[in-house]
Amino acid sequence: MTQTFQLQELDCPNCAAKMESEIRKIKGVESAAVSFMTGRLTLAAPEDQFADVLKKAQKICKKIEPDCKIVTR
Amino acid sequence: MSAKLKLTLVRICAAAALLITAALLPTGGVLRLLCFLVPYALVGWDVYAKAARNLCHGQIFDENFLMVIATVGALALGEYPEAVFVMLFYQLGEWFQKLAVGKSRRSIAELMAIRPDSAAVLRQGETVIVSPEEVAVGETIVVQPGEKIPLDGVVAEGASTLSTAALTGEAKPVEVGPGDEALSGCVNLSGLLKITVSRPFGESTVVKILELVENAAAGKAKTEQFITRFARVYTPVVVGGALLVALLPPLFAGHFTRWLHRALIFLVVSCPCALVLSVPLTFFGGIGGASKRGILVKGAHYMEALARAKTAVFDKTGTLTEGRFTVQSAAPAPGCPLSEQQLLALAAAAEQFSTHPLAASLCAAAPAPLPGPVENVQETAGEGVCATVAGRPVAVGGRRLMERLHIPLPQTEGEPAATEVHLAVEGRYCGSVRFADRLKAESPAAVLQLRALGVEKIVVLTGDRPEAAEAVCAPLGVDEVYAGLLPGDKVARVNALKQHGKKGDTLLFAGDGMNDAPVLARADVGIAMGAMGSDAAIEAADVVLMDDNPEKVAEAIALSRRTLAIVRQNIGFSLAVKGLVLALSVFGLTGMWQAVFADVGVMVLAVLNASRALAAPRREKGQAETLST
Repeated sequence: MTQTFQLQELDCPNCAAKMESEIRKIKGVESAAVSFMTGRLTLAAPEDQFADVLKKAQKICKKIEPDCKIVTR
Repeated sequence: MSAKLKLTLVRICAAAALLITAALLPTGGVLRLLCFLVPYALVGWDVYAKAARNLCHGQIFDENFLMVIATVGALALGEYPEAVFVMLFYQLGEWFQKLAVGKSRRSIAELMAIRPDSAAVLRQGETVIVSPEEVAVGETIVVQPGEKIPLDGVVAEGASTLSTAALTGEAKPVEVGPGDEALSGCVNLSGLLKITVSRPFGESTVVKILELVENAAAGKAKTEQFITRFARVYTPVVVGGALLVALLPPLFAGHFTRWLHRALIFLVVSCPCALVLSVPLTFFGGIGGASKRGILVKGAHYMEALARAKTAVFDKTGTLTEGRFTVQSAAPAPGCPLSEQQLLALAAAAEQFSTHPLAASLCAAAPAPLPGPVENVQETAGEGVCATVAGRPVAVGGRRLMERLHIPLPQTEGEPAATEVHLAVEGRYCGSVRFADRLKAESPAAVLQLRALGVEKIVVLTGDRPEAAEAVCAPLGVDEVYAGLLPGDKVARVNALKQHGKKGDTLLFAGDGMNDAPVLARADVGIAMGAMGSDAAIEAADVVLMDDNPEKVAEAIALSRRTLAIVRQNIGFSLAVKGLVLALSVFGLTGMWQAVFADVGVMVLAVLNASRALAAPRREKGQAETLST
């Protein structure tokens, strides 16, 4: 399944790029795109692993930009 | 400007004032250092906080950390004003960047200015103002003249003209009356309208367009991917260079502090942010500017493909032609007493109650008043109409109707080039009326504009008969016309055309988006035209033209090229200045002041240049902007 999230407090374009490449490395992720301009994360992963993947993605965002939060739109 | 940004600006200004004060104070030694540490701490404390946090996460090439090293180094060398200045300018740059991004994010929605804030809905005889999300399908909304239509629906009461400028970028007003579709985003120009809502807000045209534009940012251009990859290498390389500059030359030549100073300048320009920011910012603006003109590009990568288009393939019917059949000529049979006009009038009289598309064109072309009375009208689908007109039995229809009525048709040589309708009176063949699809008025200009943009091959594909296709396309001066194609043949044809192209060249296909989804998908860029209100077309295409003007294809290419040119300018300029600063600092020809000034200056210029992409230039004849308020 594919879902789009809003990344709050995404302030640095370089970080967005870093997040994207890190999230793509998570096991189970089929595709991931972070758009800095719209602050959106589009994440595709199998439904049964989705919650797990999302948790890991949140961790990555926190690591790269500490104030950044993933919220559902 | 948000409160957070305002606070940062106040902080930066205060620090700047303190920096000037510190520089003017006649102090020395430790006291002087302390004087400079006040503005330094004020403007830089959060950089320290971020650097510490990111270091804990193992990110050594963090820009905050590098800024800390550069300024601490400067302080250690006794260059107090420089250290504060570097920190100050770094923060000013960050601040400006956030301001620009926030502005750009907002302006997309504002520029299109189509998202409605409220809807006036009729409930129990009263008009209630609610947010558009709360209106249910089937409810009636009231739209005053001058207002935007908030939801898609069908006009229930009233007549008016609508401006579709906000959706299509064209100021062509559309007449609507009861039973007509009224799309959200259109502006009601003249009369009061009551509209029965047909789709919930979430599925309305306005929301779909906004989502499409916002999602377009997820489709990244190759240039953007290149820049992010480049940025990943750039910082480590520059930091490595700084280390070399700091350590190697002093081994041989001494002057450790001099070389340390030069290495610190490296760190000042080590952040690739201007580059990484300006590329998506430009594409975002370009996509926004295009959508203002009714050209919806679904991703930056399609802009790149559009800019390199060398082959343009058009579907004929409904794309280059009107898609409506108009009467071309009326030909009375030899020996028939009717004139051309009488033939038309008689055929129109019999057909006037028919809903067939050809019937409408017949009535439009026939001279008024039509002969009558018309009685005993019998319509057979796929064949035609039999009726009694002014007491005489008349049959109007295709070949099949004539065959059923055993009326012999004259032999025509070869296949007729156009669609024909035959007429018989009292069982005797009286002649035929020919119909042809007309070229759109804009089509010849569209072809010329594509040529001017350097599109090398322009091809038309159609399911029509070759004679009809050739006849219609002749005035256009296209390179190739392939007629008699089934949908599958069109895909094969596009595949073949793609193989001829050079590497890097792209092929675009423009169709009406209704039946050509496979071809749209096969082309490098699939363009759906006249897509206003058609979900299927919006879904299938890479680029969606809201109205059906083929000139927009050339405009889309021109806008894409302009956007890409801005991207290239920014990349070239940023890299050149950074390279120059690095080179000059190795030879000791530049100081920290100049380096940070150049770095932040480039960023500001790149951002300002990027904002040009959003404000697309006005066309001479277009007045889209004047009506889109």
